[in-house]
Amino acid sequence: MSELRFSGVTVRFGTRTRGLTAVDGVDLTVASGSVVGLVGESGSGKSTLARAAVGLTPMVSGRILLDGRPVRAPWRAGPHRVQMVFQDPYSSLDPRMTVGASIAEAIPRAIVRNGVTRRSEVARLLGLVDLDPDRADQYPAELSGGQRQRVAIARALAARPDVLIADEVTSALDVSVQGTVLNVVRDLRHRIRLSMLFISHNLAVVRYVSDVIAVMYLGRIVEVGPADDVLLDPQHPYTRELLAAAPRPGATPLGPPPGDPALRRVADAEPADPHHPREGCRFHPRCPVGPLVRPERGVCREREPATAEHRHRAACHFALPASHEDSHAPSDEGGSGAPTPAH
Amino acid sequence: MTSAALVARSVSALAGGPWTRFGLRRFGRLLVSVWVVVTAAFLMIHLIPGDPVRAALGATAPLDVVEARREALGLNDPLWTQYGRYLQGFLSGDLGTSMTSGLPVSQVIGDRLPATVELAVYAFLLAIAVSVPLGLAMAAATRGGRRRHTELAFTSTSVVLAAIPEFLVAVGLVFVFSVQLGWAPVAGRSGPSSYVLPVVALALAPAAVLARIVRVEMLAVLQTDYIRTARAKRLPRRTVSVRHALPNALTASLTLCGLLLGAMVAGTVLVENVFAWPGLGTTIVGSIVGKDYPVVQGIVLVYGVGVLLVNLTVDIALALIDPRSTIRES
Amino acid sequence: MRAKRGSTWVRALRTPVGATGAALLVVVFLLAALAPVLWSAQASAVDTSQILRGSSSAHRLGTDSLGRDILYRLLVGTRLSVTLALGATAIGVGAGLVLGTTPMWLGARLGRIVGAAVNIAVAFPGLLLALFFAAVFGIGATGAVLAIGFAIAPGFARLTQTLVARVAGLDYIAAARIAGVGRGRVLIRHVLPNIGEPLVVNATIVAGNALLALAGLSFLGLGVQAPAYDWGRLLAESLNSIYINPSAAFATGLAVVVAGLAFNLFGEAVARGLGLRTPSAAVVSDRGRRTPRAPAPARADGAPDREPALLAVEGLCVSFPGPRGATTPVRDVGLSMRRGASVGIVGESGSGKSLTALAIAGLIEEPGRVDADRLEFLGADLRGDRVRAHRHLLGTSFAMVFQDPLASFNPTMRVGRQLAEVAEEHLGLRRAPAWARAVDRLRAVRLPGAERRARQFPHELSGGMRQRAMIGMGLMGTPALIVADEPTTALDVTVQRQVLRLLESIRATEHVAILLISHDITVVSHVCERVLVMYAGRVVEDLPTVDLPRCRHPYTRALLAAVPDLATDRSRPLTVIPGRPIDPSEYPVGCAFAPRCPLADEHCRHVDPALVADGHGRRVACWHADATPAERVGDPN
Repeated sequence: MSELRFSGVTVRFGTRTRGLTAVDGVDLTVASGSVVGLVGESGSGKSTLARAAVGLTPMVSGRILLDGRPVRAPWRAGPHRVQMVFQDPYSSLDPRMTVGASIAEAIPRAIVRNGVTRRSEVARLLGLVDLDPDRADQYPAELSGGQRQRVAIARALAARPDVLIADEVTSALDVSVQGTVLNVVRDLRHRIRLSMLFISHNLAVVRYVSDVIAVMYLGRIVEVGPADDVLLDPQHPYTRELLAAAPRPGATPLGPPPGDPALRRVADAEPADPHHPREGCRFHPRCPVGPLVRPERGVCREREPATAEHRHRAACHFALPASHEDSHAPSDEGGSGAPTPAH
Repeated sequence: MTSAALVARSVSALAGGPWTRFGLRRFGRLLVSVWVVVTAAFLMIHLIPGDPVRAALGATAPLDVVEARREALGLNDPLWTQYGRYLQGFLSGDLGTSMTSGLPVSQVIGDRLPATVELAVYAFLLAIAVSVPLGLAMAAATRGGRRRHTELAFTSTSVVLAAIPEFLVAVGLVFVFSVQLGWAPVAGRSGPSSYVLPVVALALAPAAVLARIVRVEMLAVLQTDYIRTARAKRLPRRTVSVRHALPNALTASLTLCGLLLGAMVAGTVLVENVFAWPGLGTTIVGSIVGKDYPVVQGIVLVYGVGVLLVNLTVDIALALIDPRSTIRES
Repeated sequence: MRAKRGSTWVRALRTPVGATGAALLVVVFLLAALAPVLWSAQASAVDTSQILRGSSSAHRLGTDSLGRDILYRLLVGTRLSVTLALGATAIGVGAGLVLGTTPMWLGARLGRIVGAAVNIAVAFPGLLLALFFAAVFGIGATGAVLAIGFAIAPGFARLTQTLVARVAGLDYIAAARIAGVGRGRVLIRHVLPNIGEPLVVNATIVAGNALLALAGLSFLGLGVQAPAYDWGRLLAESLNSIYINPSAAFATGLAVVVAGLAFNLFGEAVARGLGLRTPSAAVVSDRGRRTPRAPAPARADGAPDREPALLAVEGLCVSFPGPRGATTPVRDVGLSMRRGASVGIVGESGSGKSLTALAIAGLIEEPGRVDADRLEFLGADLRGDRVRAHRHLLGTSFAMVFQDPLASFNPTMRVGRQLAEVAEEHLGLRRAPAWARAVDRLRAVRLPGAERRARQFPHELSGGMRQRAMIGMGLMGTPALIVADEPTTALDVTVQRQVLRLLESIRATEHVAILLISHDITVVSHVCERVLVMYAGRVVEDLPTVDLPRCRHPYTRALLAAVPDLATDRSRPLTVIPGRPIDPSEYPVGCAFAPRCPLADEHCRHVDPALVADGHGRRVACWHADATPAERVGDPN
């Protein structure tokens, strides 16, 4: 298993004047054998980042390195070492090919040459995702959404990838079926120590499978750190909002809206338009501790916060400063020099 | 505010507005398409295998006559020169001279164009006047799956009628109404009664298709979520149908209207030939048979530009009616 | 569940349209093959004593200007007409395929140029293009075939482009490329098979049109030339003698139409079988026979003791006719709400929760049927046709919020107008005051820039804003009840919270009752005091939200356990409910949850449990409601 590192990755769509910067200078490391959960809402750029990692979307600048070497484009021969599982179970499998054929197509020739038959490899992969090997002769139309997603995972694993990216793999599934896919993901972590980038908008799901949580907002990573740390002591106001909106055990009545009119305005603020990002900190129009509520915090309107100096590399001027406890957090290139122990 | 500032303000407002961007873009596209049509018309002669002049004058014509005609048509000049000349001619209204009659092509076209335009326009109006109310009535009658027999009859009739080419309809109408019943003249353009058969022949198939599409689109609109919202607001049924459903159904049918009008322009060629109607259709067929290429070029050009104008009108109408399209364009 | 290919073609043959088309096609092809073999001699026999005769017993369709029998010429001419049509189709389809797939094998940039050229060509009707090419290629059969062929190509290219673009954007193509599959193999193995069927269907229809177009060209004298003859030429000849011999023209015309129809009908039938949309596709649902309702279990016991002042529903059933008898996606649902209450209905897909909401609102249209023992809102009986009498009451006091706010607003009408018309219709306000009220309501739902937004169209607002506008639309009157069907499913989680907060504040300040439908039990627990859990069309549990941790129905328990929250134990696998949600057409005799239930026994499988109140204001429908299951770890499949 290997380390996947995003370094200053920027992805733009459209022209310079009327375009959209979907991903803006992202630094993120998926350490070898760990699962990084990437959380964000629509417009955050998380799916675009994933597609850049597998070469489906070109980058404007930055590098994506796998074990120090650049990840290459998909039209070159041979399977990509970073594989992806997509969100929609209904369009991720070719309806005219059997499940076994779809998986077999992804098996690299080298494996088959070494005496292992396609059929046995397909059976092995289906076993890895808790599916009956007999299903190899079925068509996708005969499977449920959860089963299809598991087949998609098996296909991604067929190429023996170094890193697996799961892009919202449970968002389109019924609640009672989500567990089948999440349990498989969890299983794979333990069994084959898979490095994984797990993307979701659901914080509780991300928490369940990830070692490290990264929060993305409008194309930037606004907080990243060990899962428990980030959830127990979030540094960025957006993380706190996501946390407040995430499901907790038991009934959790919403309670009345805040009394303070400034807080109310901020609470009702619309999500930012990715086409027209604001000056300064991107989150300040919605920030409950920002300049709209605390007028003295004008710096939020002027400057983008520097991440390296705060805990969890939080993109907030008022987050706690980074301390020695953070040496466990993955650092980017040229950051605090302490080497990171593998997680 | 001074008038100069006012003018400047209006200009900048217009220049930046989505309507201007749409207008410029669309007009640009029109110019490119017209250029393509002109070039295609020009190239027509040069794509013909063999010698067009020889083909026109016949295999037995003496060589010097052929050479003289060549020279007169300017076919000995390099291609680019000819092209430049053709473009220039197009822009100034000079489309060459007919090889058979010696008249300027623009004159020939000018004489014959009004008859064709009349035919197409009347047929289009007739088709819309009949098919839209019919389609809407059918939608009202057959929504929710009721009256399946009516729906089946309507759809079958529409399919069959749409499958009959205009010239067959024309022949059939001539036979029944002119030959047998004598209610209308067999051919020619000579008075109100002579318009009836050609117009009906041209309009029948498009009307059948349009009625069917209007019905399908109306039913599709009636199934949408926003109609459900309108019903949830407990608006009277008629308000829901007329204010909410109708505009959306008609917008969806608008594109097809444009296509049908374009097809009707083509259909005039066939109908005119059946009725000896003095329009461009009879002229172009005669010119192709008689190998009078300049006339063919000219008429192809006119048809092409006509279709482009129809498409432009449809696009503008769509942009005016559907607020989503303007924004999409810009 | 569609299985093999080819079966759609067979199914198409079973429809009357398909069968007719196929039969006609067979006849046409047989004639084309055999007629010249059998009858060429008769067709070319010249008889100068029988020139231009009308129909008689010897010559059924009369004779032409050389005394030849027209009927035989008609039959023999089939071959040329059909061959030329197929030839033109082949040229057109071939050229169209090549042009349409250029982005795949020529790269994106060249593909775009070709695409632009095709778009320009497509704007012109086929006949004009055909005339152009006819002038170039010259008159005669070859010229005509080439002309029609090239006239067909742009349309087909455009179709191919559209299909390829649609397929190329699907995830399995991306997955194949990431897996290292080469470009050519992706084209052959993935793209072409998935676009093959629509292309073949269209080619069939195109062949029919080519036949008609070629007949037209020959009719004009630009196509087949003497001494060869096809239907078009025969038609031109018979037109000249239409006074003497009308039946010849009629028969020839009929042959042309029938052959063209044969191709079209067959193609359309297959298209319908494949689920493709064609111009003649009718939007019709089956009416089916009316079958008696499935026997209902013992009636649900009465709802909580309080006198229901607002909404009272008992025995609500919704049924739809189907090809194999009626399905009843909502069975015997009962609930009651008082003013200012907040109730949530939770269920997965197929549970019937949305249909329940629509049925209560009276928005189920034919062919669906709604039956209820009791359906009262503010004392008004809403069952059946009676709902129409209460139009104004419902328009002012009963508000609905739907799931997809973009689709639920009229895209061609300004937002403010859509709100204002409620006031115009039900409150008798005129334009200006109604508009003012609309803007005021938009402000009440905290829509920033309400005045400006009212003048905009729905697509110009974001999802959260649209949903708020929809709530504002419900507030135009003085609602006593807001029914929200999955109002936050399409929204981001932070925006979701805003919308739920808004609903809650409306409830608190205006004393409006909320009925919230959702598949997400956490959403329901944020806003509702009471939860109804639905499964397979029935209410299986009804309890206060605070009692959720102590729920009694195995499905509710499993549902709660299956949803990961911030306190889920990460060291254990997530609970999984084995099996799948059940389809309304397959409801079993006993408890619908039994196949997936850890506590199910024979009794459960044979007798459907009734919804029983427990005296503490809760209801549950389970034979083992109080049993606690042994720990059951998540089980795949």
